[in-house]
Amino acid sequence: MSATRAEPQTELRDPIAARAAWPGRIIDADVHAVVLGLGALAPYLSAQWREFIDERALGDPFGAAVTYPPNLDTTAREDWRPSDGRPAASDLDLLRRHVLDPLAADHAILTCNYGVDSIRHPDFAVALASAVNDWLAAEWLDRDPRLRGMIVVPARHPSQMIAEIRRVAADRRFVGVLMPARSDRPYGNRIYHPVLTEIADRGLVMSLHWGGSSDGPPSPTGWPEWFVEEHAAEQQVYMAQITSLIGEGVFQAVPDLRVAVGEIGFAWFPSLMWRLQKEWKGLRRDIPWVTRPPADLLREHLRFTIAPTDMPPGAAAADMGEIIGWLGSEDMLMFASDYPHGHDVPVTALLDVIPETMRPKLMSETARALYRLG
Amino acid sequence: MSTRYVVAPVSELPDGGRLIVNVAGRSIGVFRVGDDYYALRNRCPHAGGELCRGRVVGRLESGRPGDYVHDLSRPLVACPWHGWEFDLATGQSYVDPARLRVRAYPVAVEDDHVVLTLGSGRAD
Repeated sequence: MSATRAEPQTELRDPIAARAAWPGRIIDADVHAVVLGLGALAPYLSAQWREFIDERALGDPFGAAVTYPPNLDTTAREDWRPSDGRPAASDLDLLRRHVLDPLAADHAILTCNYGVDSIRHPDFAVALASAVNDWLAAEWLDRDPRLRGMIVVPARHPSQMIAEIRRVAADRRFVGVLMPARSDRPYGNRIYHPVLTEIADRGLVMSLHWGGSSDGPPSPTGWPEWFVEEHAAEQQVYMAQITSLIGEGVFQAVPDLRVAVGEIGFAWFPSLMWRLQKEWKGLRRDIPWVTRPPADLLREHLRFTIAPTDMPPGAAAADMGEIIGWLGSEDMLMFASDYPHGHDVPVTALLDVIPETMRPKLMSETARALYRLG
Repeated sequence: MSTRYVVAPVSELPDGGRLIVNVAGRSIGVFRVGDDYYALRNRCPHAGGELCRGRVVGRLESGRPGDYVHDLSRPLVACPWHGWEFDLATGQSYVDPARLRVRAYPVAVEDDHVVLTLGSGRAD
């Protein structure tokens, strides 16, 4: 780490500034836990799989490092990196010191994107997902009562996803299932309906979060060449997922399914919602099971974390109030620090441009209701 | 007061056919599906398209993905501009039934002629 650090984030972009700007309760709807290397999971793997790893000299699944290149500022803010060189968000004490304590958060929703989905070995993927979940329970959830977890699943095999959800869901500290945004097929596909049914029946939330390493490119029309292309246009993948959930009739087939859309902001969403609504009116015979207007379904079933927020500083922040108005609902947005990612989360400016009635919802109550937290 | 208008001999409106006629200053589409006759104002309440030039389709509904209930006895007409469907019998919009409908008129066959009835209300 450099000796002379620039003054850290101004309050315009620092999610922790929320505490000074907002006197009420706070729930952080997206913080991350990073596995400190495959060795950290050894206590949670059987002897057989430890031997399997040794025989092959396996390292971490490649997926996480591709999605979140470790040294980029977008992956971890400089002032949130441990000074000893360990990866950011790999240490619960630092999560407390950087986020939970200064925010005085009631709860934080903990997501671990370890890239299990990038493993093609169907049985090792199950063992590794189980190990990550047991590690999350023992080393994070057991040690801080404010934390709630997302179940990691072997996302390539629906039947195995269901088995792992069933294994873990009895632990009510797990409040959702991490569904990587990039999947082999869009999640509305009927092949996934039993998984989505399992999620809903267990009272869990489907967490559509950036990550995943599908066989296809991170764009609907071929491979981008540079990381920045992938990173700047991740919403393309979410658009495909949300469109699929609507078109395939997921909210008719699984009416209790609730979806948290994370790591992608929301400013891009109103135009997609409007377009789905418009095209449904004229083309709904294609999908006659969609018997209610898509915008109604989306407002009912989807919630978004605000980070990263596509929001300019200064006077132009008022434009964001306009975009939030286009959502047509005060109940869709959830505050998130997105720790340790170095995205702008200008929550103080956001609080200024939303209706007063929406502020407690944004800061805590929408997440509290979604995740059924006390 | 209502007024009855003879639209055409029945022979000019075969099964599956339609006539678009001007009656009392209004453009009205008259449809025949099987032995049932329907008449709607030829102006889509959405954006003003010529609704009655659209495709006549069966009512297609579903209770769950992959399930199709296709009812030809309750036809709709889909506006050629944006595809919004309206019930031929009631004029009710399929996608927004509570708020949107097009005027439907009583139509019957009398003495081998298709006869349309218009009321005197302003909404007609």
